[in-house]
Amino acid sequence: MSSTADTWLFPAVQAPVGTARLTAAPAADYATHQSTFGPLPAHADSAALLAALRDSGLEGRGGAGFPAWRKLAAVPARERARRRRVVVIGNAAEGEPLSQKDATLLLRSPHLVIDGLLTVAGALGAHSVYLYAQASVIESATRALAERADASAIELREAADTFISGEASAVVNALAGRAPIPQDRTVRLTESGLGGRPTLLHNVETLAHIALIARFGAAWFRSVGTTGDPGTRLVTVGSDGHPSRVLEVAGGSRIGDVLRFTGVDTGSLSAVLVGGYHGAWLPAYALEARLDRADLAGFGANPGAGILMGLGERRCPVAVAAAVASYLAGETAGQCGPCVNGLPAMAAVLGRLATGDRDPGLPGEVRRLAAIVTGRGSCNHPDGTARFVLSTLTVFADDVTAHLNGHCRKDHR
Amino acid sequence: MNLRTPEARGPAAALLHIDWTRCDGRGLCTEILPELLARDDWGYPLAYGYGSAGAGSNVPVPDTLLAAAADAVSLCPRQALTLVDP
Repeated sequence: MSSTADTWLFPAVQAPVGTARLTAAPAADYATHQSTFGPLPAHADSAALLAALRDSGLEGRGGAGFPAWRKLAAVPARERARRRRVVVIGNAAEGEPLSQKDATLLLRSPHLVIDGLLTVAGALGAHSVYLYAQASVIESATRALAERADASAIELREAADTFISGEASAVVNALAGRAPIPQDRTVRLTESGLGGRPTLLHNVETLAHIALIARFGAAWFRSVGTTGDPGTRLVTVGSDGHPSRVLEVAGGSRIGDVLRFTGVDTGSLSAVLVGGYHGAWLPAYALEARLDRADLAGFGANPGAGILMGLGERRCPVAVAAAVASYLAGETAGQCGPCVNGLPAMAAVLGRLATGDRDPGLPGEVRRLAAIVTGRGSCNHPDGTARFVLSTLTVFADDVTAHLNGHCRKDHR
Repeated sequence: MNLRTPEARGPAAALLHIDWTRCDGRGLCTEILPELLARDDWGYPLAYGYGSAGAGSNVPVPDTLLAAAADAVSLCPRQALTLVDP
């Protein structure tokens, strides 16, 4: 289609104003998408896309927060020049039970995700393009892909229903027809991934932002949010283990404001878990911290995949953490000795502490096991689990002491 | 010779990469490289200085232990070890 025809078919569209960007379209269908955002511009080459992403400051929204442009730059130049060989994957596995933002995005704005995939694939000349998504969104993603003629190259695959299903090398294994578990790597996936080909994997929210940056530019992207966390983010907010709402917020929003906006009474919380089960606790006194790297660093947390889970002050955090640690131990892929053995051991010691064992050596034993499992697996499941457990011992030191003294009066349900 | 701290070991000539998906804790590497590796609670190799970033799976090997590390790589019954550039 020529650009003249585009202009005729789609009169100039205003860039979204305010924080409703990914959520700006009032309906999920393709016609509404086009009338809201306008047509997808002709594909930029990889150098132009890389420059736009670098200027935007967009960080990956899958959890690790890796700058989006760096991933593109990591595809070797010889591969970018050879084209066709590169594999592009949109990742919506979202195995973290506290997160619902990727599923929500695919239900509300699937065409932004498709646009992002096509933008990245177009810049790299990629012919192998995958969308890896959980079962609950397969139907709506299928419908969206069928609505447009330019998406026929995108292959939709159902993600495994496990905590670690979204780990990059686990996604590659699943797409290759192997068990959906992580693999040992000494080279990056951008060098050698699916079928030995350079593989670029982005979280679907990252791709949706890329679709908008391709349209409206890096300066527009940065016009919302803070210097440290430009643009908007999808966050899943909830309390006491139940994710309840997905919101699009400005980067660097104050965490307390986001919680109160969804109706959470922040005065009744003892802490907020930031970043999900691989994340860290932000104590009640720090709830006015911003959702950005700088404000959260002191607590060992980062914005990650945008999970904010409030813990009511009457709930026993040691009991909650023991249950989470036990769940995470059960979600080991079963491959790496320190994880297979260490996570259940760590969860068991925390469980003893939670259920009334007053042995004063228990917290130290939890810390020792956390140190042993960290950095000793093919993925970061042991590291993330240890981070969560250590954060619990630090932020809830008073509750740990109450347990050792036999004085915890909180709710242990 | 005590090489159990990073300072004592000096600069790494190579990294001994442990593929945890293959390793099943036979322990041969810990006998060949006692200067670098102990065994954890379950017998898996535990690098001295494992707390520092990345060192748990990519163990810095000083020049003086390069030959022993190469032996560990070739003798590992699970072929779980490789030497990679630092």
